[in-house]
Amino acid sequence: MPIPGSHSAGGLLQGSGRRIRWLSGWQWVVLLIALLVLMPLSVLFLAWLEPAWDIWRHLQQTLLSRLLLNTFQLLIGVSIGTLLLGVGLAWLTGACDFPGRRHFSWTLLLPLAMPTYVLAFVFLGLFDFSGPVQTQLRTWFGPGVWLPEMRSAGGVILVMTLALYPYIYLLSRNAFRTQGKRALEAAQSLSCSPMAGFFRVVLPMARPWIAGGTALVLMEVLADFGAVSIFNYDTFTTGIYKAWFGFFSLPAAAQLSSLLVVLVFGLIVLEQKLRKRMRFSQSRLTPQAERIQLHGWSKWGATAACSAVLGIAFVLPTLQLLRWTLSIFHQEFNRRYLDLLGHSLQLGLSAALLIVTVALLIVYSGRRHNDRLTRLLIRISTLGYALPGTVLAVGIFIPLAGLDNLLIDLARSLFGIEMRPLLQGTVFVMLLAYLIRFMAAGFKSIDSAMHRVTDNIDEASRLMGLRGLRLLWRIYLPMLRGGIFTALTLIFVDVMKEMPITLMTRPFGWDTLAVKIYELTSEGEWERAALPALTLLLSGLIPIVLLMRGTDD
Amino acid sequence: MSGTNSPILELNAISQAYDNQLVVKDLSLTLEAGEIGCLLGASGCGKTTVLRTIAGFEPLLQGEIQIAGEVVSCSGKMLSPAKRRIGMVFQDYALFPHLTIFDNVAFGLRGIGRVESLRRVNEALELVGLYAEHKKYPHEISGGQQQRVALARALAPRPALLLMDEPFSNLDVSLRERLSMEVRDILKENGTTALFVTHNQYEAFAVADRIGVMAGGEILQWDSAHNLYHQPVSPRVARFVGEGELIAGVISAAGELTTGLGLLRGNLDDTRPIGSTVQLLVRPEDVVHNDESLLKAEVLRRNFRGASILYHLLLQSGDRVQALVPSHCDHQPGEKIGILPDVRHLVTFPCLPGDGCS
Repeated sequence: MPIPGSHSAGGLLQGSGRRIRWLSGWQWVVLLIALLVLMPLSVLFLAWLEPAWDIWRHLQQTLLSRLLLNTFQLLIGVSIGTLLLGVGLAWLTGACDFPGRRHFSWTLLLPLAMPTYVLAFVFLGLFDFSGPVQTQLRTWFGPGVWLPEMRSAGGVILVMTLALYPYIYLLSRNAFRTQGKRALEAAQSLSCSPMAGFFRVVLPMARPWIAGGTALVLMEVLADFGAVSIFNYDTFTTGIYKAWFGFFSLPAAAQLSSLLVVLVFGLIVLEQKLRKRMRFSQSRLTPQAERIQLHGWSKWGATAACSAVLGIAFVLPTLQLLRWTLSIFHQEFNRRYLDLLGHSLQLGLSAALLIVTVALLIVYSGRRHNDRLTRLLIRISTLGYALPGTVLAVGIFIPLAGLDNLLIDLARSLFGIEMRPLLQGTVFVMLLAYLIRFMAAGFKSIDSAMHRVTDNIDEASRLMGLRGLRLLWRIYLPMLRGGIFTALTLIFVDVMKEMPITLMTRPFGWDTLAVKIYELTSEGEWERAALPALTLLLSGLIPIVLLMRGTDD
Repeated sequence: MSGTNSPILELNAISQAYDNQLVVKDLSLTLEAGEIGCLLGASGCGKTTVLRTIAGFEPLLQGEIQIAGEVVSCSGKMLSPAKRRIGMVFQDYALFPHLTIFDNVAFGLRGIGRVESLRRVNEALELVGLYAEHKKYPHEISGGQQQRVALARALAPRPALLLMDEPFSNLDVSLRERLSMEVRDILKENGTTALFVTHNQYEAFAVADRIGVMAGGEILQWDSAHNLYHQPVSPRVARFVGEGELIAGVISAAGELTTGLGLLRGNLDDTRPIGSTVQLLVRPEDVVHNDESLLKAEVLRRNFRGASILYHLLLQSGDRVQALVPSHCDHQPGEKIGILPDVRHLVTFPCLPGDGCS
């Protein structure tokens, strides 16, 4: 909706129609961010202009087929696992009632606080051949007893399933919550058995939310770097890392990245299609739908199932981390640890502030300009969440390094000065990558808060002569406080836990807790990795608590 | 179906309890084929529980339920809802949001072949006048249309018995009245036997052949709308159905009653001895405004209703009555107006202590 007087500054841009329209100052901000997101993407695909054939030949002979096979195996395995766990638990806690349901309803979200790579190394430490569990079993049943190999495709799938099922759980539980028992009863009144009703009505009604959760899970799987590298399980992300830091070939890394990007965007398109085909709104039901009372064995079975998942995915690994931490605390809690913690906190805080500021500008701009161009630009600006960290690291580093070289050349030819690289090896590179990757988290929190500022509030303030920045400052900011706080927390914690971007683009001496965990676990030092891991786990609990506050029961 | 005589629904002294508290007590009723029954009562009176028990969603504590001659619930037995040959219209309609109107209506039709299934869906949609909307999704149609889709969905499998839980409560008032008459026409045209629950007596009047007034888990009276209004069996029913007041009276001769409205003669069924004190039900239309009349009453309150005004009047005897008067007779509170009693059928109840009659 164009608002008179809002066409202040600007330049020319070809609109979607024949008309040429002016961009206002607000839209420039969105355009800038959209270009920033498009930059690494185009860099990755442009890298094909000079294919690194020698490295590709090597990849093809050794790695590429395994990499593809591993990636698809992981996608299929984890989606089956998370669907079973996520949908099953969501239906139990969302639509049914059984002992402990209230507690499980939120505690089952706790695994979200545990970074996948932390769960990965705890599981390896516990269940690997030399770990306490298998050692104990061998002393009981003799050394010849067959035990499953943890360091395998099945092991990675198990770890990722346990770490990622909460995405599906969280989204589909709300769908089941509004359904209550009514949907199943309606099916039964139309001569469906409860089992048939579950598959014909209960599941299909929740399908958009289940699909949304699954898409998130699959993106996390494609983006995961930490867990797979701890398991030495080669996927695209580890391949990209090896191409850069093993073969020292940025072009090869970029080309691998572009393949991964194609996969990710294929996934996004698929998800959008699924959603569009089933665009129906939940009928305006009471959110307090009645629950299905479970009786007899099914009641205790539900309690047991929830306890088992919670125990394996959260309680057991947390206890193990605590045990390890206690055993090494006196030697590991030192100056070095505090430095790492300081770096993590600094990066988390500065990224959160930067991203929230930019997100605010984007949200406000979307509010002021509800036209197709702005909407498209906003969509592009928030697309970065889909880009795996390894991909972004490559895509950001290449153009900035190019810019540095250009500056150095210019300085040399124009002024005869030998300049040092300006951008490479600075925190700026990391922050830029974080900005792209975590913009969506900030945007969504603030945008949903923005919906509370109704058009009438807007118009009332305009009638009183508030415009532009003053309107933002006096009306929007105070009303958006909750959303801004949520955004800050989410981004802060995400950056704290972030591993590949930090690992690949950090300046010298900027190790963080996550980087330290990578280094220690790649040498199998599970115990020493426990203290930083426990720290990250604690910080990860903050957004879960926020999330709990937002859900009704 | 009007030819058959066997009851479609029979409740024999059913009881139901939640948390050791009886919510339905020894309740019995019978619906013949093609009849529309209604359970009318305030919220919490147990009417929805009865409906859900008939549907098979709740177990029975005591008693027995038969649908079309088959025992579906008794203590120890509970046939699953899917096997009861019932259709149900839920209060919130519970339409499946992921299915089109057509697929919603077709949902309960299985094992009868594609052609027959298609025919039945079309028939059901035409019956409720929504064939044109069959490709839409539930959220794309209005509340009244959703209600009719829910009805079509429940009717399509041709259930022996249709149950409806507060079927009109989610509609706005103007739509409610129109749709309740429409629903009655549809059910009658289809020859459907149906039982529904409501807290709104005008809905009950408009739709049902037989109405059970419920309170505290019991049916106080199971009767036609006309009889409920004109021959309530107890003061409770009289107060719940329609408007009016109970005033004291004394039987002065056979078929004669002396009251604050004067000496009333008429169709008096009371067999109590002469000289007994009784309570008399006076409906607002039983009191006629007449300026000539010597019987005067003071206007306490007035309620303008367009065509008429409902006056709350204080008689000289101290009794209060209501009078429904054409609205051109405009009087203000405090005025004294002339009235005449016009009670055709004297409905009396015994005077019990605590009823306020002298």
